[in-house]
Amino acid sequence: MPNYRIKKTDHIDQTHRISFKFDEKTYFGFKGDTLASALLANGIHLVGRSFKYHRPRGIMTCGSEEPNAICQINGNTDLTEPNVRATEIELYEGLEASSQNCWPNVNFDIGGINNFISAFIPAGFYYKTFMWPKSFWKNIYEPLIRLSAGLGKSPTHPDPDIYDHKYVHCDVLVIGGGISGIIAAKIAAKNNLDTILIDDKNTLGGSTIFQNNESFKINDENSKDWLLNEIKELKKLKNLNIKTRTSVAAYHSYNYLLAKENLTDHLTKIKRLGIRQRLWKIRANKVIIATGAIERPLVFNNNDRPGIILANSVNKYLNFYGVTCGKNNFIFTNNDSAYETALSLFEKGISTKIIDIRKKTNSKIVKQAEKLGINIYWNSTVTNTFGYRKINSIEIMSLSDDGSNVIGEKTKVSCDCLAISGGWTPMVHMHTQSGGKLNFRETDQVFLPEETNSDHISVGSSNGDFELDEIIKNTNEKIKGLFNLEETEFEKTNVNCSKELDKKNIWLLPNKITLGKTKSFVDFQNDSTAKDIKLALREGFRSIEHVKRYTTTGMATDQGKLSNMHALGIIAETAGAKMGTLGTTTFRPPFTPLTFGAIVGRNVGDFFDITRRTPIHDWHLKNKAEFENVGQWKRAWYYPKDKENMHQAVQRESKAARDSAGILDASTLGKIDIQGSDASEFLNRVYTNAWSKLAIGKCRYGLMLNEDGMVYDDGVTTRLGENHFLMTTTTGGAANVLSKLEDYLQTEWPELDVFLTSVTDHYSTASICGPNSRKILIKLFPEINFNDDTFPHMSFKNSTLDDVNCRIMRISFTGELSYEINIEAKYGKSLWEKCIEAGKEFNITPYGTETMHLLRAEKGFIIVGQDTDGTMTPIDLQMDWIVSKKKYDFIGKRSLYRSDTIREDRKQLVGLLTEDPKEVLEEGAQIVSNLNNKPPEMLGHVTSSYFSPNLKKSIALAVLKNGKKMKGKKLIIPMENKNINVTVSDFIFLDKENKRLNA
Amino acid sequence: MFIINCPYCGGRDQSEFSAGGEAHIERPKQPTELSDDQWAEFLFMRKNVKGVQFERWNHAHGCRKWFNVVRDTTNDKIHAVYKMGEKPPIE
Repeated sequence: MPNYRIKKTDHIDQTHRISFKFDEKTYFGFKGDTLASALLANGIHLVGRSFKYHRPRGIMTCGSEEPNAICQINGNTDLTEPNVRATEIELYEGLEASSQNCWPNVNFDIGGINNFISAFIPAGFYYKTFMWPKSFWKNIYEPLIRLSAGLGKSPTHPDPDIYDHKYVHCDVLVIGGGISGIIAAKIAAKNNLDTILIDDKNTLGGSTIFQNNESFKINDENSKDWLLNEIKELKKLKNLNIKTRTSVAAYHSYNYLLAKENLTDHLTKIKRLGIRQRLWKIRANKVIIATGAIERPLVFNNNDRPGIILANSVNKYLNFYGVTCGKNNFIFTNNDSAYETALSLFEKGISTKIIDIRKKTNSKIVKQAEKLGINIYWNSTVTNTFGYRKINSIEIMSLSDDGSNVIGEKTKVSCDCLAISGGWTPMVHMHTQSGGKLNFRETDQVFLPEETNSDHISVGSSNGDFELDEIIKNTNEKIKGLFNLEETEFEKTNVNCSKELDKKNIWLLPNKITLGKTKSFVDFQNDSTAKDIKLALREGFRSIEHVKRYTTTGMATDQGKLSNMHALGIIAETAGAKMGTLGTTTFRPPFTPLTFGAIVGRNVGDFFDITRRTPIHDWHLKNKAEFENVGQWKRAWYYPKDKENMHQAVQRESKAARDSAGILDASTLGKIDIQGSDASEFLNRVYTNAWSKLAIGKCRYGLMLNEDGMVYDDGVTTRLGENHFLMTTTTGGAANVLSKLEDYLQTEWPELDVFLTSVTDHYSTASICGPNSRKILIKLFPEINFNDDTFPHMSFKNSTLDDVNCRIMRISFTGELSYEINIEAKYGKSLWEKCIEAGKEFNITPYGTETMHLLRAEKGFIIVGQDTDGTMTPIDLQMDWIVSKKKYDFIGKRSLYRSDTIREDRKQLVGLLTEDPKEVLEEGAQIVSNLNNKPPEMLGHVTSSYFSPNLKKSIALAVLKNGKKMKGKKLIIPMENKNINVTVSDFIFLDKENKRLNA
Repeated sequence: MFIINCPYCGGRDQSEFSAGGEAHIERPKQPTELSDDQWAEFLFMRKNVKGVQFERWNHAHGCRKWFNVVRDTTNDKIHAVYKMGEKPPIE
């Protein structure tokens, strides 16, 4: 195997050999390598297949912008991760990576046939093709599209790693540890500012760290050596926190940023202890964006072959990793920066030639290349490339005077690496994410941050400074301005560097072949070509956002880091518009993909959401209750005995509650303590009925509306004292009711003397119902007279149980004689156990929420949120009796006679009885009267439905159009396999006279 | 994720607050005397401003107090914060 490792570098430790597997074959690299540099050192360029045409693709960059070299790592284990950039994976012993989007393997891929039929799969192919017949969608098109969608394979096992979140506040956050970031961080930290410096690589230094050219001197030192010394000094600073292997994912308003730190991904598996990734939530006073620039590719025919690499990346592989990408290199460029690569290669004795689209230029570095005798093809372009698994030759032609065409003879030359450079794009992602605007600079066709915000600045090449002397000078000036400094240590830094004199850019390089027959890739990862973009324009798309979506340019996992500018440039050229006026697509977070693990952090498993348990929870557990989630509460649902299923358990519980005694844990009901001299007036305003005359010691049911007249909540409120009430709310509505009441108190009626306190968690409630409930209460509270005249329905008494204060309310949600005992929460379980003990002789039966629902449905009591849905007024619910006619105002009153709410044909609450009493309806089922019309008119739907063991028949509540007038009507519930005949009935099915309540 | 300067507690993260819609919409004192249209104006119609908006916020996970905020909806910049019942400090 040929060796492409050329020499020792500072960064690579050649004494530390590391073995790794790629596509199941073992290779060796060194400590300091990335997967990409190690593969290149082994002569491996072909690492993946493209998304649409399955074309062979190689490593193209050395950083986060990589479009092609994306791999699956740790395949078939629970640590597997798809779509990881080989350029960012640090090599470790035992790393296993494989290529994606190819079958059976990357060298021979069946999907490659797409490349030959590419003429038939243009942009918008899916939109145009998979339109009809309709029946093909479900069984043919969708499975087919799903099969070819996506790149890597997502993990099938739970993620075993631990992720973490951490908040941090700082004076200054510097994003990017290149030369300008280092200068910024040093100035900030030296001026006593608490500073964080973040860089996504494992070492600081950006691209200056591998700059190896005598034309770039700082204070008479090589730029690289000067910077290395600066980094050494930087690390000594006390109030500077340097975070490497950390990338900023998002920049939100008010300088709130998210950054993901990789803690263990670079380690051998046995050394990976603790947290894998940490998401930093940073709040910074000032943010300095020093994210640098990304080198642009050039767009020409077959510009995607393995071995075609960005020129600056070739330079980094050479000088930083000690790897040459080829032994016979061509540099294809439109600017000076690529000459550094040529000179580095030449210096190491590696064959190099240059193709430059410019006519001629005389900058220092160009003269340096010419002096060394490097062959330069001026005013020329590459028109084609050859080689399947790796480039082996290229075709060169001269450009016409205006650069719009090619002229003269083709020259075909062999090469094994084509280093391309189309100039530089400042990384303005962070600036725009923060809400910043961009300006377009015509001279080198870049979008630059428009600085209007005093919270952040951009420096260095992310601010459009590309010359070394300007980077240092302008960074220094901007930092001085940001912190109001007189002078800094970088004031007199002396820079001697080559400066670019001539600029030329052609977004789509000309060719003799018509564009339709070329493959000039703009977006490498999503396989969109210049042809696709022009097609979109021909088909009438004009907005950059539309062209993007139609051609999918910039929509791959790299989010168009390499492609967006070219797409924009080609659109501008084709449409004859100015690039600056087209705008850009939106830069959205995250900057690079984030793992789900990092996003959720510790909020997994038991910590995913809060779970609220009542004080009696352990008893329910011990007695084998099944639980139901009600909001965040775990509520006992039913208590299966022996091998009962839910239906059997609920039937037994329901019967016991009506025949003798049942007990329910009602601790979850919302409880609000209301005090103040205006408390009764307040209740008057928030409930539909009257409260002023409620006597102390009495309870009353109340219905609360929204201002739009729709039922919002209900519950019983007890008057504990002259100015003291205890309100109960629905379990799920408690928090919202409190906040709504607070809202009215603070904003509409601040004159009212009322104080609200949530006491839901302070009290535990046991509700005992059934004909024998009184006997149980007498046993528990022998000093109380439970006779109807001294303790009637809807009243309350204070008492004690073993010297602990209790409140006993005689209220009922089941229609049975019923008492609720409230006790301080910590005695809740003890109260419950005493009730069970006292009730033993009456076969007291614990029942859960399902039985509660059934019992109240028998009585026709509504549940807000089940029988109502925010469109039901009290009149719709046939609860006119609770709406006061005398009160001048209450929340929602005016809305009850709006033209819409007084309509007679609104949906109204009714009961339904099935023709077959054993047939239980499905909740949510639609109600129709006539099946002949297609589609039949939906008249309403079933809201609650049960089999009542006490009535021995199926009962249901429903909301039905014009329901009040439909009693006795026969209607149909159409189900998937049958139609169920029902009759509209009264919605109170049991004990309409309330005899049981007062038994 | 902006920071709101609660007039009772000081600057806190947005996640502690809940938004309450447009400010300075007073509940009519005599709703029964309003026509359907007038009542609907109060009940449903909101300005939904692009730009500087006066809005209500509640320090829901803090002091539970309601107050008013002047916020630019295009960039979330908060120009002023003031208590309920107070006049807006800016036009």
